[in-house]
Amino acid sequence: MLTTRDNLFYFIYLHRTGLTVLALSVLLLVWPIVESNPYNLGLSNLIAIYAIVVLGLNLFIGFAGQISLGHAAFFAIGAYGSAIGTTTLGGPAWPIMIAVALAAALVALAVGLPALKLSGHYLAMATLGFNIVVYTILVQWDSVTGGPSGFSGIPYLAIGPAVFDNEIYFHYLVWTVAMIALLLCLNLVRSGVGRGLAALAEDETAAATLGVDTRRAKVKVFVLSAVLASVAGSLFAHCYAFVSPDSFNIFASVDFVIMVVVGGMGSIWGSLFGAALITLLPEWIEAMESYKDILHGLILVLILLFLPQGLVTGIVDAVRTRIALSRHHA
Amino acid sequence: MLELRNVSKWFGGLPALQDVSFCMEPGRITALIGPNGAGKSTLINCISGVDRAQSGSIWLAHHPIEALPAHKIAVLGVARTFQNMKLFARLSVLDNVLTGLTVAAERSFTVSMLRLPALRHQERQLRLRALEALDDFGLANKAQWPASSLSYGEKKRVEMARAFVSEPRLVLLDEPVAGLNTKETAQIARHIRRQRNAGHTMLLVEHDMELVMDVADQVVVLDSGRCIACGKPAAVRSNPMVLEAYLGRMEATA
Repeated sequence: MLTTRDNLFYFIYLHRTGLTVLALSVLLLVWPIVESNPYNLGLSNLIAIYAIVVLGLNLFIGFAGQISLGHAAFFAIGAYGSAIGTTTLGGPAWPIMIAVALAAALVALAVGLPALKLSGHYLAMATLGFNIVVYTILVQWDSVTGGPSGFSGIPYLAIGPAVFDNEIYFHYLVWTVAMIALLLCLNLVRSGVGRGLAALAEDETAAATLGVDTRRAKVKVFVLSAVLASVAGSLFAHCYAFVSPDSFNIFASVDFVIMVVVGGMGSIWGSLFGAALITLLPEWIEAMESYKDILHGLILVLILLFLPQGLVTGIVDAVRTRIALSRHHA
Repeated sequence: MLELRNVSKWFGGLPALQDVSFCMEPGRITALIGPNGAGKSTLINCISGVDRAQSGSIWLAHHPIEALPAHKIAVLGVARTFQNMKLFARLSVLDNVLTGLTVAAERSFTVSMLRLPALRHQERQLRLRALEALDDFGLANKAQWPASSLSYGEKKRVEMARAFVSEPRLVLLDEPVAGLNTKETAQIARHIRRQRNAGHTMLLVEHDMELVMDVADQVVVLDSGRCIACGKPAAVRSNPMVLEAYLGRMEATA
């Protein structure tokens, strides 16, 4: 006979993912009350925006087992798409954001269909090349993009009379989107589709014989990650009211990959951690501001040398194995 | 159930399979034997769509499958294990078996991301099926273990559970007892017999003659890509061509 206590524990176990998301949401809800410094709030908002990109990229790298050194390009398509759509063309912000995300999906499809026939170094080079093309367009086509000096005067987002024009409002906006993206990704990886992707990441032949259409699955995840990056880019543009090509060069792409690696391949929660750590690191260690790229490179090399599955995933896997074995011997 | 007609395959100029033809009855175990390099694994790869035969046809219950990609053949109900085991080390044992139900699970990204009650229900049922399969192979108590921490013999059984969990029409077993000790081999033989009694059709590639003679209903012998004998185990054992393929070679190398 189950007691109330057992039932409670079973309920918690059954809904552990949903409850964790809920707990984090509550924390985020009260965060602006605890932390009122706009600079710190600005940092946590940036974390949310990067986390949205990293969630998608982690599906592509950690689950589908591919590599992209060009996701800053999709981030750029979202940011510049929203900037041009709302400012130059004067369109409504929300529909433009959706239209730009769809456009990013089409671009991802056009790039992904040929590029995803490649793998390993070749895929890395192809996506890197794509990023350089987009970056060059942003810098050179200055009548439309504003060129190297950037694009300013982007309007704030608004829902009816409520305008998202300060850090606290941004906080609620970007973290709402980030938590929705987190939930969608968590759901995806807990389904048959997610297991198929995890299989694909580990062994393509085995995944195919289990019924995973490997080519299609790779393209679909690539498109999904591009859409998430584009939405994050739109939010980025509307929050800062200003964008410049420097936020979207290949080093930004590499930073996204480092965030995935720090969080761990195939760890959705790790994506949040990776985005947070890499965003905050230069803040904590002031001297590191100027040596940021060196530090990031060093982190990447060390993690890949010692924990090739990524920092969080590597530690979690090791602990899990340890627990399983110790229970067995006990 | 499965019919091969004149299946041929070359690697460069070297023939790997030459006009291989045989037929498998439903509910029976067909063993595929032959010396190393006879083309057994190539044949299994062609049937499962990992490799493609260059000529000839392969029929699975009246569907021609020789030109289909692996994932479509999986949908038609062909499951397999691999000689060098392709378990997913990072997934738990249960999730490994669940990947065997990919075809039965929801395929749409959108539906999966929304995880509506219908999908939760389906996922619960799939988990039950996977646990049942693990129980069949004596591993239910290790369902939550990371697959990488199992012993070699246990991994072999997980791979078999993954192949059988979807109740496929045809299971291809590529050397299920390679590298196992006598006790573990006997255990696998028990599992194979039990699956046969449950009505499964299997194609078994194996070097362990004792196991083959013990469980097979039909034996197909390949030598240098040719099918040199096909029949009941007892008949094949005394076939002079088979003896020559095995013993003649030994004389040459001795």
